[in-house]
Amino acid sequence: MRVRQLTGELAAQCCFNLVDRTKTVTAASELARNTLRFGGGGSVSLEILEDGVRQGLRLTFNDKGPGIPDIEHALSDGFTTGGGLGLGLGGAKRLMHEFSLRSVVGQGTTVVITRWK
Amino acid sequence: MERIPILRMGPNLLVSIEVDMYDQLAQTLLDDLGDRIVREAARGVLIDISALDVVDSYIGGMFNRIAQLARILDAETVIVGIRPAVAITLVELGISLRGIKTALDVEQGMKILREAEVGATGGGLVVHQED
Repeated sequence: MRVRQLTGELAAQCCFNLVDRTKTVTAASELARNTLRFGGGGSVSLEILEDGVRQGLRLTFNDKGPGIPDIEHALSDGFTTGGGLGLGLGGAKRLMHEFSLRSVVGQGTTVVITRWK
Repeated sequence: MERIPILRMGPNLLVSIEVDMYDQLAQTLLDDLGDRIVREAARGVLIDISALDVVDSYIGGMFNRIAQLARILDAETVIVGIRPAVAITLVELGISLRGIKTALDVEQGMKILREAEVGATGGGLVVHQED
């Protein structure tokens, strides 16, 4: 998946260590799968952040899919509509430092995740 | 159709995951494994993921499904080659590979499968008494 490759490269550039890089790429993988499978495809943008002393990587996943009707439920572990372990959203949230999700039924979903070094 | 090759090693099947698993590929692998386990009366399935530097919840779910399928068909599953960063991430993701044995590499994994087989067929301890 190109998203993972790109994320990995940027994460390395941003001087994340191996474990942080793995977590970031894994979170990206979860969200990319969601975007593809449920969102009907979409876009992702990656951004290297610099906030004073600290550096971070922010990924924004956008899709114009059906949206998520029950966000609370979707974030809970064990919830799955896709035959996985249902840990995608909750898992991605746990792996990253910042996680935000905006979804409108019938319009689409945007997920933004950030990890700081 | 792209499919993951399944190799036969004695009574066990060996699968090496080296590419990203998308839905169709994962389903095909599951179907193929079920088929081969039964056809060849395989006793164990060894999954080598030493080439994977990322395992997400979907892939984790696939392993659980493989292990479940194998268990129903009376075969043991061992996953080998889990990288440390992957293991840490799996823990934080909250993925439990319960009921799946793991080992460092293919050799260790095969050892586990051999020992499991001996246990299953009741190979016990033979004690020689020297007088």
